[in-house]
Amino acid sequence: MSIITKLALAAGLATALSTAGFAQDISGKVIGFSQIGSESGWRAAETAVTRQQAEERGVDLKFADAQQKQENQIKAIRGFIAQGVDAILVAPVVATGWDDVLAEANEAEIPVVLLDRGVDAPEDLYLTSVASDQVEEGRVAGQWLVDNVGDTDCNVVELQGTVGSTPAINRKQGFEEAIAGHDNITISQSQTGDFTRAKGKEVMEAFLKSSNGGADICAVYAHNDDMAVGAIQAIKDAGLKPGTDIKVVSIDAVPDIFTAIAAGEANATVELTPNMAGPAFDALAAYWANGTEPEKFIITESKLYTAENDPAGEYDRRKGLGY
Amino acid sequence: MMRRTLGKLASPQLLALVGVLLINWLLFPNFFRITWQDGRFFGSLIDVLNRGAPVAILAVGMVGVIATKGVDLSVGAVMAVAGAVAATMVVAGYPAPVAVAAALLVGLLCGLWNGILVAILEIQPIIATLVLMVAGRGIAQLITEGFIVTFTDPVLIYIGTGSFFGFPMAAVIALVLMVAVTLIVRRTALGLFIEAVGVNRAAASLAGIRSRMLLLLVYSLSGLCAAIAGIIVAGDIRGADANNAGLWLELDAILAVVIGGTSLLGGRFSVPLAVVGALIIQAMNTGILVSGFPPEFNLIVKAGLIFIVLIIQSPLASRLAPPRLRPAVKGAAK
Repeated sequence: MSIITKLALAAGLATALSTAGFAQDISGKVIGFSQIGSESGWRAAETAVTRQQAEERGVDLKFADAQQKQENQIKAIRGFIAQGVDAILVAPVVATGWDDVLAEANEAEIPVVLLDRGVDAPEDLYLTSVASDQVEEGRVAGQWLVDNVGDTDCNVVELQGTVGSTPAINRKQGFEEAIAGHDNITISQSQTGDFTRAKGKEVMEAFLKSSNGGADICAVYAHNDDMAVGAIQAIKDAGLKPGTDIKVVSIDAVPDIFTAIAAGEANATVELTPNMAGPAFDALAAYWANGTEPEKFIITESKLYTAENDPAGEYDRRKGLGY
Repeated sequence: MMRRTLGKLASPQLLALVGVLLINWLLFPNFFRITWQDGRFFGSLIDVLNRGAPVAILAVGMVGVIATKGVDLSVGAVMAVAGAVAATMVVAGYPAPVAVAAALLVGLLCGLWNGILVAILEIQPIIATLVLMVAGRGIAQLITEGFIVTFTDPVLIYIGTGSFFGFPMAAVIALVLMVAVTLIVRRTALGLFIEAVGVNRAAASLAGIRSRMLLLLVYSLSGLCAAIAGIIVAGDIRGADANNAGLWLELDAILAVVIGGTSLLGGRFSVPLAVVGALIIQAMNTGILVSGFPPEFNLIVKAGLIFIVLIIQSPLASRLAPPRLRPAVKGAAK
């Protein structure tokens, strides 16, 4: 429960800009939610948290799973409009092709909030969008490393996400920004691990071989926790101690990385919060209460978790969310 | 027999493997260095064997299917299903041998399902196996409920990451499987029957071969091999990842078989050369990883190298090459 409270607090901070806080009562409202699907654990957690948030606020949530298809999402949104819901949340599967259906919602005077991803459509067609700042996530991870290596030389190996994907590009950029100006930290090798454990492990095995058995590697930066979990196993197989001999920092804050942090095998993770709905509900509450137009882009917090943040407790709080 | 074995040693596939390994060595001088660490061999060459094992195992099953003029697109999804079954069962408290047996049985049934669609309902293999390719991943996700099911069972982990006399368990399993299947198809008439069905099923049936039974058998074997690969992959990461386990590996397996000189039009096939094909693919993958190329080039480099390997094997190249170096499969036909 307390993670929810915490997340809600963070969300409250984000929407404090709209002067309203989250006290407004939106119970009894009917809100449609068109989710992309359940392609990843994070997505499943986002769905679970959205349901929790709705239940807490007494919102009647109509859930539609689009199974990765835009046409299903458009159908679902038209369905919501026909049912006369009070608001619509959409996690858009792609960026383009939304103008018509958003205009229909606009005409029906139903506010639309975009979750997690943006769209290429005129800004006046939706109320606001709630998303994380992926560049900031990379920056927080990089800053942690800068703060923790001091002046010693540090060769970082990077496990990138899927080549060309937005999170991979942004998280790489953020990390590079954070270590810029610290000449002792260099990215010595960088390869894609496709955001998966298996590839993360395979790539890390190769890096260990080509870096003098791992002796030349000071830290691993993985664009997501799953690749870090794979890399940790590869480091152990090579006879080194992850977290000590080679530092491990990654992004997402999924439950399994907290097990690793608790065991001292990973050092830090940056949270990509699955609570995109909380800030969205707050923005809607303020909008309905006194017509406050929220910021067009609500950015969620990119919080750093290390061994000092009760990793075992964080694991327990997250494991039931569907990650 | 002896002369044929010697002929195979000079096959273009083995030359290609040696060539890829040499390129890796040029890019990364320590490529061939193998050390002994914590009771196991440790080095890039070992990684090639270890990482190549799942695709090699898939290729062992796939080669029989392709020799009957079929194809099995479902193996990647069956891997995910088998991994999911094994992982959820050990997490639920079943002993590992039971979980492994259940996963293998599920793989066998998946293969049998494909076989029934192809042999009895006579649906085209590419469509018949496409059904399970799509549905299988969904089944795996249902079993794992969308989670990555992690486990700590020592037996499953040993299958994925253990070592046997210093060699990775996965590679040992692949080797045993390759030798066993090769002996079964080549020391009996089974291989000949498979080839006969692949060349002309109607004629083979008229000649008295029970082609339905044979097709059921090769698809079941492919499903079983996929299940073995799926258990290895799950054991490797200590978890069943229904979304990603075996993703696109059916294509690597088909490619391995084709590189191994088996024609997609059915007929002559070679199990060991399909395994060599899998090793060529993995040698490229590992080479790209240790070479330090930016990841944007991964697919281009891989495609380019595969193109070269296929050109070396093309009919034109074999007409230009001295007879001794012609593809073993063709040479054996004489």
